[in-house]
Amino acid sequence: MSHLAVSKTYKLFIGGAFPRSESGRTYQARHDDGNFMANAALASRKDLRDAAVAARKGFATWSKATAYNRGQVIYRMAEMLEGRKAEFIELIMLSTGATTKIATAEVEASVDRLVHYAGWTDKLAAVLGSSNPVSSPYFSYSVPEPTGVVGILAPSGSPLLGLISVIAPVITGGNACLAIAAEEDPCIAITFAEVVATSDMPAGVINILTGKMSELAPHLAGHADVNALDLTGAAAELRRSLEEAAAETVKRVYVPKGLPDFTAAPGTARLRAFLEIKTVWHPTGALSLSGGTSY
Amino acid sequence: MEWEYSPAPESSAIGDIKDRYLPFIDGTFKEGNGEDRDTINPGTAKRLSTVSTVNEADIDRAVNAARQAYENVWSDMPGAERGKFLFRIARGIAERSRELAVVETLDNGKPIKETRDFDVPAAAQHFFYHAGWADKLQHLGLGPAPHPLGVAGQVIPWNFPLLMAAWKIAPALAAGNTVVIKPAETTPLSVLVLAEIIADADLPPGVVNIVTGAGDVGSTLVNHRGIDKVAFTGSTAVGRRIQRELAGTGRKITLELGGKGANIIFEDAAQDQAVEGIINGIFFNQGQVCCAGSRLLVQESIAEEFTERLKQRIETLRVGDPMDKNTDVGAINSEAQLGRITALMKAGIAEGAELWSSSCPLPKNGFYLSPSIFTNATPSMRIAREEIFGPVLTTMTFRTPDEAVSKANNSPYGLSAGVWTEKGSRAMGMAAALRAGVIWDNTFNRFDPAASFGGYKESGFGREGGPSGLAAYLDTDDEVVTQ
Repeated sequence: MSHLAVSKTYKLFIGGAFPRSESGRTYQARHDDGNFMANAALASRKDLRDAAVAARKGFATWSKATAYNRGQVIYRMAEMLEGRKAEFIELIMLSTGATTKIATAEVEASVDRLVHYAGWTDKLAAVLGSSNPVSSPYFSYSVPEPTGVVGILAPSGSPLLGLISVIAPVITGGNACLAIAAEEDPCIAITFAEVVATSDMPAGVINILTGKMSELAPHLAGHADVNALDLTGAAAELRRSLEEAAAETVKRVYVPKGLPDFTAAPGTARLRAFLEIKTVWHPTGALSLSGGTSY
Repeated sequence: MEWEYSPAPESSAIGDIKDRYLPFIDGTFKEGNGEDRDTINPGTAKRLSTVSTVNEADIDRAVNAARQAYENVWSDMPGAERGKFLFRIARGIAERSRELAVVETLDNGKPIKETRDFDVPAAAQHFFYHAGWADKLQHLGLGPAPHPLGVAGQVIPWNFPLLMAAWKIAPALAAGNTVVIKPAETTPLSVLVLAEIIADADLPPGVVNIVTGAGDVGSTLVNHRGIDKVAFTGSTAVGRRIQRELAGTGRKITLELGGKGANIIFEDAAQDQAVEGIINGIFFNQGQVCCAGSRLLVQESIAEEFTERLKQRIETLRVGDPMDKNTDVGAINSEAQLGRITALMKAGIAEGAELWSSSCPLPKNGFYLSPSIFTNATPSMRIAREEIFGPVLTTMTFRTPDEAVSKANNSPYGLSAGVWTEKGSRAMGMAAALRAGVIWDNTFNRFDPAASFGGYKESGFGREGGPSGLAAYLDTDDEVVTQ
């Protein structure tokens, strides 16, 4: 007797759990050839607010984790992704019509992207921070710290590599994120959430919503407890109004200059966009200015 | 024992205040086509001078001059040469420092000892520091040849007129940009003296343009299509508006906005030092400082005794003539600002906080306010949430370090915070837990061009000073894009 395949129900990813949309709404994800692929959750404004609350909690945990620990968790995500390579290749081929070769290259590049960022966590302070030679008796230093909760509009095109390329730099710096997946690729995004869920990533650090970007994005941009926005996946005609909404709470906004080439080596712009520089001053007394008279 | 101080006034003549000042565009001082504005000496409430202001056509001219200078001269000039111009300006400020201090005090109302010992030397140091970066941009970690952005439109506030001009102009020029800058309408004079220094340094015409006028001039400037970069220091309300107006333009913005800095006193703090630090934190520059320590959080066990000590010390502050070298607290910058401060104080009383003010005598003329403290305040009161921008301290108490952190971070602002404790680990731990751009452990209001400054949250974004301050004036987007 042949085996009847058990198909997956794709839900949202909020606070480490996989809830359905509170609205009960779904939409149909389709294969590249137009055939039915799966029902995906059509997230609502309430789901988005729940995700923002979860992200704030995730931020509290993740921003206090050591840089070494954050690197290990992101590396663990690479391990989990590598283990599910075949599944992602198949999903990408079905969803986008890509050849095996192209889909394989995308998954491999995605694994490598995570490994790249895993190695960044404990170097950011050395590269972006400084010890400041101030002209008064103080030890002054500047360190990068995460901005907070970052709202991400994920790009379409290369559904896995694009999603990972926007999420990874945000969490590498210690931020939590709330990502709205590309509308046409919800299955890939939520399958990636399963990778996250099995990678020792604290709940709430990465939250992924599926649905209509045009419906959710304005609420994300205007949400008062979101500190920054990545507009990579925003339609050009939406950008201005989203930036206007973001201004109400002085959000940091990252807008790429064009269509990012995610196959190229990433620079540091995405890391820096979601980091604050904190400067600390601590008195040293007159000894620090005496120039070390003991030697 | 009675201690009477004899007056020790600095000479106004040293300021050499002219009867009329002109905007500086394309290397020349020329009458602007806007309405004339008088600038008032806040210490006496009398007219100090008249300033010719600009209209839209003048702003066009200034932006075009900056564009020409950028394309034809400044962006191609070797960094080492650009640096030498900045070194010249630094020296020029130092050489005219006594004059600048007097001009600043007469125009702004801040005590002469502050302009003499802080504003002016810090401005010179800022140019000196950034001069050295001009030929070392490749060492910033932003790529082998970071590119300038073009023409920067800059709008600065009235609380540190000369110093804010230095914070804006020096990094912009070091990075290879040209600028059009607008000083505040109540304090244009020291920046126009800086224009003379710039002219004397033979800086190529158009590299620095200074346009005068009120908020409408600033708004026209930051929205001008010829501007590539906007830098603003001022209120969060205006910063938010600028961010909204520039939405979708792709122009790089940096905003240094308001604050409601928490100054946290633990029971183990060295109390006499803490008292001095709190005084400095809230009464420096009459409290008209975006990073002022305006929310005092005192550990409950020492609150009563500590507040008494604080009041005793505030009683000894000398409030009055800004030109007197013994003056600790000078004049509020304008009548309008004095009105804003007193309106918030009334709101504090109405909401049930207790107001205490120093009994010091105040001069009859000029805009003065006694240094004041609110006790029994709660975090929901307006005086605990809103920036007062005056010599008014709001005090609250806490029991545990966790409570101190959560109270301090409970603000849409995140510019500065202070921590007073003799325990090193607690100082460092608090410094890490506070969500603010500058943390002062056992000190307050320290600044240096080598140490970056700027806010978290709604206190703005971008940094000034240090390596990250230069990044604000360079194209640092290294993402590869296909279209």
